[in-house]
Amino acid sequence: MTAGIVVFPGSNCDYDCHFVLTKILKVSAKYLWHKDTDLNGVDLVILPGGFSYGDYLRTGAIAKFSPIMTEVKRFAAQGGKVLGICNGFQTLTEAGLLPGALIRNKSLRFICKELFLRVENTDTPFTQLYTLNEIIQLPIAHTDGNYYADTETLKRLEGEGLIVFRYCNSSGDLTEESNPNGSLHYIAGIINEGRNVLGLMPHPERRVDPIVGGTGGARLFASVLNVEIPSLAEG
Amino acid sequence: MKATVFVRLKADILDPQGKAVHGILNTLGYRGVKGVRVGKLIELELEEPVTDASKAQLKEIAQRVLSNPVIESVEWKLDNGGTRP
Repeated sequence: MTAGIVVFPGSNCDYDCHFVLTKILKVSAKYLWHKDTDLNGVDLVILPGGFSYGDYLRTGAIAKFSPIMTEVKRFAAQGGKVLGICNGFQTLTEAGLLPGALIRNKSLRFICKELFLRVENTDTPFTQLYTLNEIIQLPIAHTDGNYYADTETLKRLEGEGLIVFRYCNSSGDLTEESNPNGSLHYIAGIINEGRNVLGLMPHPERRVDPIVGGTGGARLFASVLNVEIPSLAEG
Repeated sequence: MKATVFVRLKADILDPQGKAVHGILNTLGYRGVKGVRVGKLIELELEEPVTDASKAQLKEIAQRVLSNPVIESVEWKLDNGGTRP
């Protein structure tokens, strides 16, 4: 299995993803330049966090027109697995690969904070190694992470189990305080109907290497790339 | 010729920027303002002459690139013209 990490001008979590995949999880990973028109045979495409094109116009609004996105859309339509983290999630919604939009945090502030998340669906290639309703910890780092979708879309997301992660407190309760960006239905991450495109605002790649103080994100990558987590990184 | 594009958050979308501006207006003692919404104004300089095709292109640019229909509404106008749509 090989992961391809797309590099847009302004991406800044591309190296973090590459590091944890190759050095911690020992899987093959390569960078894909946003002007490339070939995915080089990768099995998973990752749209990393950052501020592609300086977040100009809207987050992800310019990145979605990068040449590589045509290939990413084609790949996703054929069932290829795509993971969008933070700015990658914003880009996936802009590109129409996931419904809804990420708007300005209700506080108007950039929030960089460790949060609790509840795993809402483990019947996806990305979350099969988690336990249903398990509470994990991942950090967020964004200004525009406030998930919005119209009532009909929210109903569909709820009804079809497409909400994968929700912000919660340490006991797993959904509270206003545990949802600092103001996301509707406490949504932190969603998946498409085909269960092959996942987007989430928190950063799983920042919680893989045990040296950083938590490994809540390791099983996401291990799930989708079908690899064992080295015993060092369990937890 | 200049085209002006107005992008606004849809009415049912929370606008924390507008709320913050409204808050400071109240703090400064400006009364009588019931609400504030913050949007975007984008100016495009179009090659002349402006044809039906370039007007159609302007519409596509406004709807496909400059705004996101999930959260925003968009209008545009040409110099000497009315606001559309």
